[in-house]
Amino acid sequence: MNTPTLLGLCAAVLVGLGLYGLIVSPHPLRKIMAFNVMGNGIFLVCAVIARRGAGAGMGGDPVPQALLITALVVAFAASALAVALVLRLFEETGSTSLTAQAAAPQPAVAEGEV
Amino acid sequence: MPTSVPVDLTTTGGLLLVFAVLLPFVGLMLGFVLGGRRAQQVAWATIGLGVVLVAAIAHQLWVSGDALVYLLGGWAPPLGVTLRADGLSVCMMVLVMVVVIGIGVYANGDFGTPDGMREKRGALTFWLLLLAVWGSLNLVFVSGDVFTLYVALELLTFAGVPLVSLDGRGETLQAALRYLIYALAGSMFYLLGVFLLYGAYGTLDIALLAQRVGAEPVAWGAAALMTAGLLAKTALFPLHLWLPPAHAGAPAAASALLSALVIKGAWFLVVRLWVDVFPGVVTLPSAQLLGALGAAAILVGNVVALRQARLKLLIAYSTVAQIGYLFLMFPLVAGLDAAQMNSASAVTGGLLQAVSHATAKAAMFMAAGLIYATLGHDRTADLRGAGRALPMTMAAFALAGASLIGLPPSGGFLAKWLLLSAAIATAQWWWVAVMLVGGLLTSAYVFMVVVRAMAPPALGWVPKVQVPRYQQGAVLALALCSFLLGLAALLPFDVAQIGRGVLLSSGAR
Amino acid sequence: MTEALTLALVGLLMALAVWTLVARDTFAAVAGFVPYGLLLTLAWLQLRAVDVAMTEAAIGAGLTGVLLIAAASRLRSTEAPAWAERPGVLTRVLAAIVSAAVAAAVGAGVLLLPDPAPTLAPAVAQNIASTGVGNPITAVLMSFRAMDTLLEAIVLLLGLVGIWSLAPDRFWGGRPGPAPTEDPNGILGYLARVLPPIGIVVGVYILWVGADHPGGKFQGATVLAAMWLLVMLAGLSDAPAVDRRWVRIALAGGPAVFIAIGLLGAGVAGAFLGYPEGLAKPLIVVVEAALLPSLAVTLALLLAGPPRREGGGK
Repeated sequence: MNTPTLLGLCAAVLVGLGLYGLIVSPHPLRKIMAFNVMGNGIFLVCAVIARRGAGAGMGGDPVPQALLITALVVAFAASALAVALVLRLFEETGSTSLTAQAAAPQPAVAEGEV
Repeated sequence: MPTSVPVDLTTTGGLLLVFAVLLPFVGLMLGFVLGGRRAQQVAWATIGLGVVLVAAIAHQLWVSGDALVYLLGGWAPPLGVTLRADGLSVCMMVLVMVVVIGIGVYANGDFGTPDGMREKRGALTFWLLLLAVWGSLNLVFVSGDVFTLYVALELLTFAGVPLVSLDGRGETLQAALRYLIYALAGSMFYLLGVFLLYGAYGTLDIALLAQRVGAEPVAWGAAALMTAGLLAKTALFPLHLWLPPAHAGAPAAASALLSALVIKGAWFLVVRLWVDVFPGVVTLPSAQLLGALGAAAILVGNVVALRQARLKLLIAYSTVAQIGYLFLMFPLVAGLDAAQMNSASAVTGGLLQAVSHATAKAAMFMAAGLIYATLGHDRTADLRGAGRALPMTMAAFALAGASLIGLPPSGGFLAKWLLLSAAIATAQWWWVAVMLVGGLLTSAYVFMVVVRAMAPPALGWVPKVQVPRYQQGAVLALALCSFLLGLAALLPFDVAQIGRGVLLSSGAR
Repeated sequence: MTEALTLALVGLLMALAVWTLVARDTFAAVAGFVPYGLLLTLAWLQLRAVDVAMTEAAIGAGLTGVLLIAAASRLRSTEAPAWAERPGVLTRVLAAIVSAAVAAAVGAGVLLLPDPAPTLAPAVAQNIASTGVGNPITAVLMSFRAMDTLLEAIVLLLGLVGIWSLAPDRFWGGRPGPAPTEDPNGILGYLARVLPPIGIVVGVYILWVGADHPGGKFQGATVLAAMWLLVMLAGLSDAPAVDRRWVRIALAGGPAVFIAIGLLGAGVAGAFLGYPEGLAKPLIVVVEAALLPSLAVTLALLLAGPPRREGGGK
């Protein structure tokens, strides 16, 4: 079993672990971490594909590697937005629980409406 | 230049597609820099230019009778990225334009920056995110590359999530976070499918993938993963749990944007993938599974909607149900293909369902916003007086409801007619039953709301706020669009099929 | 030999991933997440993806780690209530089944990938000369698939707008992050005075060298953002208020220049984001130079979060 295949299988395990954590963890910050673990697993799959596409004097296919860089940056932005939401939720309500609150959500009063 | 596949040369007017994608984002950046109430003015200027642009694209499509294609950077696939607009894309772009204008007119009342304040957070955010949703959807409709579509999905998520928590209350922040987690998980699954497709076939271009994809395990895996991810983003049963609190908690104009437009992006991608990339890969049983989930959504969504105590939650659950109709088209398309019949009518039926639902649901949410402003609450048990105070709005609600139920001459009627014909033609009677039951349940809660609203108010009751006529006018205009869409049956051609013959003929069958 | 290294790497990665999952304390889990990211950098290197390794070290392990650590330290009091909300056995079993199925599908996908693998490396090698850059990944990012890079810059800006929109109304236009309380003459202040000049040179160098060797604007921008964050953390400079015109121009400037050059290409070279003959390298340098400060400011502000205090007068 060569390196790319081994890392590819490792990636599969990471995806499974991340997905499990995403579904099961009650704390949103843990969910965000699990999302990152799952994302890294998926990125590993792409890097394995890039390595298998080595040729023409390059160590790996540059197109999937370029896609990876884009995806890494976008995943960071997503994590930043998610963390900002968690922190604001904590500031507003004192808790980070995602289960339905006691009262159903009231419709918002849009600006300009009384 | 690398040698190009004949179907991928830039066509005349292809540059318009680039403008269609970038114009909203240029407006976003300009509005962001100028800030304050100028953001609203920039948004309207951008919308004005956008109307001209969409008209030009539609005209070009009509004149050339073929899809518009643009090679970005001059590089042809598989190395480069293309933009491709066929009849399906252009119809959706026109839909988004119409709904954005309607929501924009309505939002002039809710999200104007008051005098004396330099910049208001809610107003600035709304106008910037309106432009962002519009631009992301345009990208979803015209992108010809599956990875660019991933970036488009992320753009759509980043534009939609802050709309949910626009008012900053605890419940909406929670709903936004739940939405974000579902949406991000969905994007990751989609991305995984994209990588597997590249690993197996060496290209990310939709047209080339259509040629190269075969019925093998890697393709099945990729199709399953991508579809699962997109189902989470379009809130199809059983992944719909994030939608009702998110759409009901947002301000009315934002709810309209989310329910009418944002979730259509992911649905459009499922259509694009299943009908254009994977037709030879997806089997009839898997299409039936998708249809079964749609049927479950219709039944569960409508039944739960009937039990809602608040109007906005009722409308949100109605959205969950109507999304189910959008997925009934898949077993019908697969069935028609399997029977060697033309599946174009089923695709057009799905498209019409999307268009009529978008306009009707936008009108409904905005009507609910006006009712809330007038009554001070939106409890479905106490709607009396709303009809007297807001006659135009209640008429609009009734017309929109008629379209959702499927009464002629509405777009909903024509859509269900096409889907029913397809179901009968392929002897899939169970979908006929589902659609009829769904229509009955929808009519139950639409009538309930309208009848209660038409009841006379208590003596001496006055509306809390006098809502401006133009807001009611915008709501009525959108509802009429949905209600009169059935007249499209009079058109002598099938707009949705323009430019799709190329992909169909090169698809693996 | 590399097999043994890879095996060790895989073992550690999976152990750390499990740790982030099962660790009782969220802060401890985050503490495991950062070395996990750094180990992934080694994994990218094992797969000969050097540019990706740099991006992972900078953004995946570095910035994401900072983000999570800062959040975990503020959310300590939510540990106990969250632990009480753990789902029941049925949910965990179902989740385990679904996760195992997905993992199996991914594993099968990896094993069933075709051999020889389809690749675009020869196509890139054939066409790279016209782009004027030597690093094939930069060529893909800035020429062949430049649209994705442009859209990515817009995604970052949009994410920042979304984060800012979360601020309470009373703090709109204010400054993100906590008020600076650090002693400007302490050790952090000392580092914040010594490191940034070096960091700026390193960041710009990484950008410059990315044209022909591993590197590029994302990695360089992260170094610059880190330097600015260090200065803000040390209290030597306060976070900017979000309604300042210069902040907004700095954020939107990069993508704006990118679009402008793209339109120039549409006029002169016949295709949007195409480069005229012979002018490819200079134009790419201009775009990257414009994007670098925009990206640095965006990344730093994404970490800083929504405005949390008054911004003071304009």
